[in-house]
Amino acid sequence: MADLAVSDLVVGYGPVRALRGVSMRVPSGSIVAVLGANGAGKSTLLRAISGTLRFHRGSCQGAVTLGDQRLTGLAAASVVARGVVQVPEGRRVFARMTVEENLRAGGLGRPRREYAKAHDQVVELFPVLADRARQRAGLLSGGEQQMLAIGRALMAGPTTLLLDEPTLGLAPLMAARITETIKEINSLGTSVLLVEQNVAMALSLASHAYVLEVGEVVLEGTAAELRASDEVRRRYLGIADAVEGTLRTRTLSRWS
Amino acid sequence: MTTFVELLVNGISIGAVYALIALGFVIIFKATEVVNFAHASLLLAGGYLVARLWPVVGFWAALLIGIAAAALVAAAIEFLVIRRANVASHSVLAIVTIGVDIVITTELTRQIGTDVLAMGDPWGSQVVRFGGVTLAETRIVALVTAALLITAFLLAFKYTGWGVAMRAAAEDAETAALMGVRLGRVSMSAWAVAGALAAVAALFLCVFPTPGLDRSTSLVALKAFPAAILGGLDSTTGALVGGLVIGVTESMMSGYQNDMAFLGRGIGDVAPFLVMLVILLIRPAGLFGTKELARV
Ligand SMILES: Nc1ncnc2c1ncn2[C@@H]1O[C@H](COP(=O)(O)OP(=O)(O)OP(=O)(O)O)[C@@H](O)[C@H]1O
Ligand SMILES: [Mg+2]
Repeated sequence: MADLAVSDLVVGYGPVRALRGVSMRVPSGSIVAVLGANGAGKSTLLRAISGTLRFHRGSCQGAVTLGDQRLTGLAAASVVARGVVQVPEGRRVFARMTVEENLRAGGLGRPRREYAKAHDQVVELFPVLADRARQRAGLLSGGEQQMLAIGRALMAGPTTLLLDEPTLGLAPLMAARITETIKEINSLGTSVLLVEQNVAMALSLASHAYVLEVGEVVLEGTAAELRASDEVRRRYLGIADAVEGTLRTRTLSRWS
Repeated sequence: MTTFVELLVNGISIGAVYALIALGFVIIFKATEVVNFAHASLLLAGGYLVARLWPVVGFWAALLIGIAAAALVAAAIEFLVIRRANVASHSVLAIVTIGVDIVITTELTRQIGTDVLAMGDPWGSQVVRFGGVTLAETRIVALVTAALLITAFLLAFKYTGWGVAMRAAAEDAETAALMGVRLGRVSMSAWAVAGALAAVAALFLCVFPTPGLDRSTSLVALKAFPAAILGGLDSTTGALVGGLVIGVTESMMSGYQNDMAFLGRGIGDVAPFLVMLVILLIRPAGLFGTKELARV
């Protein structure tokens, strides 16, 4: 097991600068949260770690390392092979494939015995995935799709799991369920880098957190420090207000 | 009635061969979103090697070499041209494949010249009779072989790790990569399989009743394009149905062309394209497709 570290990461999509010199560290076995508003660069950070910027015509400078191995410049599949696996924003399950095939796609690179073991663990964590094994993934509910997306990533046997807004769009009960699961996965020894806009939830899980704002880390500290900080309280309340505000206008415009 | 049965079986047999070509075309499209206009030249390359090599090494060895070579050439096109071409649009890559097609086909037609090359196959011009129905042995072998290959392919596509990786990559390449799927390998293997299928198809397009492989063989292979397109470019089922529709239509139209003289001679050659046009007018994405050609 090794620490995941990002240092002086600069990412651009053509002329658009999305990250401007971001550094952070995910100590082995910990949960670290990345907070930030829409467009702050959270998903970009995860893409840079996972090596999928090329799918978005993005380019990066700086370094991503796992222990003493450099991940920068590796193909996405090689990053997975080194144990760093991402659950992307919006779940992205393979909708036309069955639930079982989705899990299989997650564990393709593994020997049969490890595969069977990982499969047992995932099904124990999410029994619903076994009940729906032969159903098309596209027909699952949002919460079930999130479970499948996490289960699929676990099939690859991650030592570090990257989660991009796993509770986005889920009802409170389902969000709480996912939160519990993240805790459970971490307790089995997997490090977690958790990107969230749900600040309360993220700070309750994480030991350490970073706040991103337009591509820069503006605040960092232990979860307790951040919870106590005026700035986070203000910003956290600000975010909550903004979200409620947009919800309200959306509902109104739907009726008008 | 016997003519009808003969035409139908011959049509299904040639249709199954078209389906082999169309299937390759479809898997390349699914894996890389590239419309491969170089497909006919792969077919010609495989067939050409079989025709040149059988006098030296015997038919079966020649066939194996032809299949392997077509798979290699296809993989090489993927590795050297498609993967390296740093272009934004898949339409541009399609045009690149036209260039590749011209290079390979021109060189092979120069080699072939005006010759008609025999394939050296063991079936020759033998026929079998069931009741009053007379069928060429080559047609029966073609049908059985194509059916076996297609079944094997579909089973692999559904059940093997390779098939799962392939379908995942076709549905969402970025997420497949995030799950550890090596996209380069997936796309190269798709090209290789398509090349191998095309070489098998080449054999059956050039044996009896066709006199042999000549410079026009790649034109015959072009009939598989409407098969793939009318079935739906991204559907394996579509490739099979498309192949059969084209094969049977062509066989019937040629067989009964004297009764349809008002349509003009050579209707059998035009029919595949007519059928394709009619189907595309009704269903722009093809019978089983999900992507319209306009989006290619
Ligand atoms: N594919 C892309 N091409 C160009 N610009 C992009 C691309 N993806 C993101 N960006 C830009 O980069 C910046 C950071 O985007 P990113 O998606 O990383 O934000 P985020 O923090 O994940 O936001 P959200 O909470 O909405 O998911 C934004 O300004 C965005 O417009
Ligand atoms: Mg995001």
